[in-house]
Amino acid sequence: MSGDVCIVGVGIHPFGRTDGLSGLDQGVYAVRQALADAGIDWPQVQFAYGSSDAAGNPDTMVERLGLTGVQFINVRNGCAAGGSALFSAQMAIKSGEFEIGLAVGFDKHPRGAFNAMPAEYNLPDWYGEAGYMITTQFFAAKIMRYMHEHGISQTSLARVANKAFRNAVHAPHAWRREPVDMETILEAPLVSDPYTKYMFCSPAEGGVALILASEKKARELGKPLVRLKAATMRTRPPKSFEVFAPSIDIGGGTATATRIASADAFRMAGIGPEDIALAQLQDTECGAEIMHMAENGFCKDGDQEAWLEQGRTEIGGALPVNTDGGCLACGEPIGASGLRQVYENVVQLRGDGGGRQVPGNPKTAYSHVYGAPGVSAVTILER
Amino acid sequence: MRAIAEGLVTEDSPPHLIGGRERATGRVVFPCPGADTFEPVALSRTGTLWSYTIQRYRPKSPPYSGPEAFRPWPVGYVELAGEVIVEARLTDVAFEDIRIGMPLELTMIPLDPEAADPVMIPAFRPAGAAA
Repeated sequence: MSGDVCIVGVGIHPFGRTDGLSGLDQGVYAVRQALADAGIDWPQVQFAYGSSDAAGNPDTMVERLGLTGVQFINVRNGCAAGGSALFSAQMAIKSGEFEIGLAVGFDKHPRGAFNAMPAEYNLPDWYGEAGYMITTQFFAAKIMRYMHEHGISQTSLARVANKAFRNAVHAPHAWRREPVDMETILEAPLVSDPYTKYMFCSPAEGGVALILASEKKARELGKPLVRLKAATMRTRPPKSFEVFAPSIDIGGGTATATRIASADAFRMAGIGPEDIALAQLQDTECGAEIMHMAENGFCKDGDQEAWLEQGRTEIGGALPVNTDGGCLACGEPIGASGLRQVYENVVQLRGDGGGRQVPGNPKTAYSHVYGAPGVSAVTILER
Repeated sequence: MRAIAEGLVTEDSPPHLIGGRERATGRVVFPCPGADTFEPVALSRTGTLWSYTIQRYRPKSPPYSGPEAFRPWPVGYVELAGEVIVEARLTDVAFEDIRIGMPLELTMIPLDPEAADPVMIPAFRPAGAAA
């Protein structure tokens, strides 16, 4: 195939809680919206990759969309599921096998924290019995160490949450769209120190669909060319500190799956962090956004304190981060979450962001997810 | 004493955590994996706090098998010099006194302090804090 893989259609079912609508319903809703956006009908879709962690098999949506006999492959890959579906879809086009296809993700999780079982992660039962199969524990311990080493304050954590809810006011697909002031965030009950309840995202529901096409096909459709310059998915390197870790190597904790997924994405795209106009970074809790700013190469460890104080990651700042409020404001339906970031980037690159539009006609956008047990997926879009 | 799992701690008094040393590389992990590429090794009983948090809500059951009545507990990562950083409860320390870098030593505590014959889990307490 010559040229780039392009994203020619996007659709989203609002995130949050939608009683009476299954996860699959929300996925179908997103697909129909994406088809309409691309100006195509379902029979034109040549293949699909679908991700869902807890809401059933994505391929069963053919019953709703039409029994065209389309190739439809299901993807489960933890928090990188959406990114993995997107990666697979672009490879199908890059290989020359197909010209146009779908990456869709949806989910619907029970209320409360995620409930993982040790055996699913190749861990002994006692680890769960003792109360350690808790994602929030890991994220809290990781930021506690990071704050100690790099001088990040709890005020900076609160600034991230405050920004997320402010940005979400202008994102119709976001879940928590009321601004929350700094004092309320800081004074709220602690969930896992140093995080208060406003500093963690919640499992949620939602659906996202992206139509991908070869550059040739995209030109035929007459859509603005949003090019997928890189899509990577990586697992953890040695000496990393990841979710559900009974032990860490001495000197460990700085190498991460994110760092290698990011470095490889920049290499493939042939650009650097300084060339990115806006970024969606996994922010399942405030500290994740802060640490991921550095792990993805956008700043040095410790610089985040000044960056946040100066508003550099605000919509009008040097590098707007999580322009739709991210996971903190949208919640995290695992299968859909990574694709939401790409949806938001396409909206921004098309200039359709409304009240949350990044000014200056952005040309490049970055997305990043991270999850258990040390997986990460990155994309770079260019217009 | 009834430990929460076999092969987690030695039967000495006081006990040591049992790690696994990878035969090929010498890298130490905890707990000791079942694979024969690792050999069991008794880990140091003392270390320093690497990081921590306070678990302030009751984990879901299953898999959690602690008591229904929940009181927040601290959990930390403890660096055993030259060996590995291990995850374990912290005990005998007020939440506000916990500091990264503080010296700690291994002990065993009941998962349910009210139980008649409690299951014991590894924990670290401030070094020299108790007789």
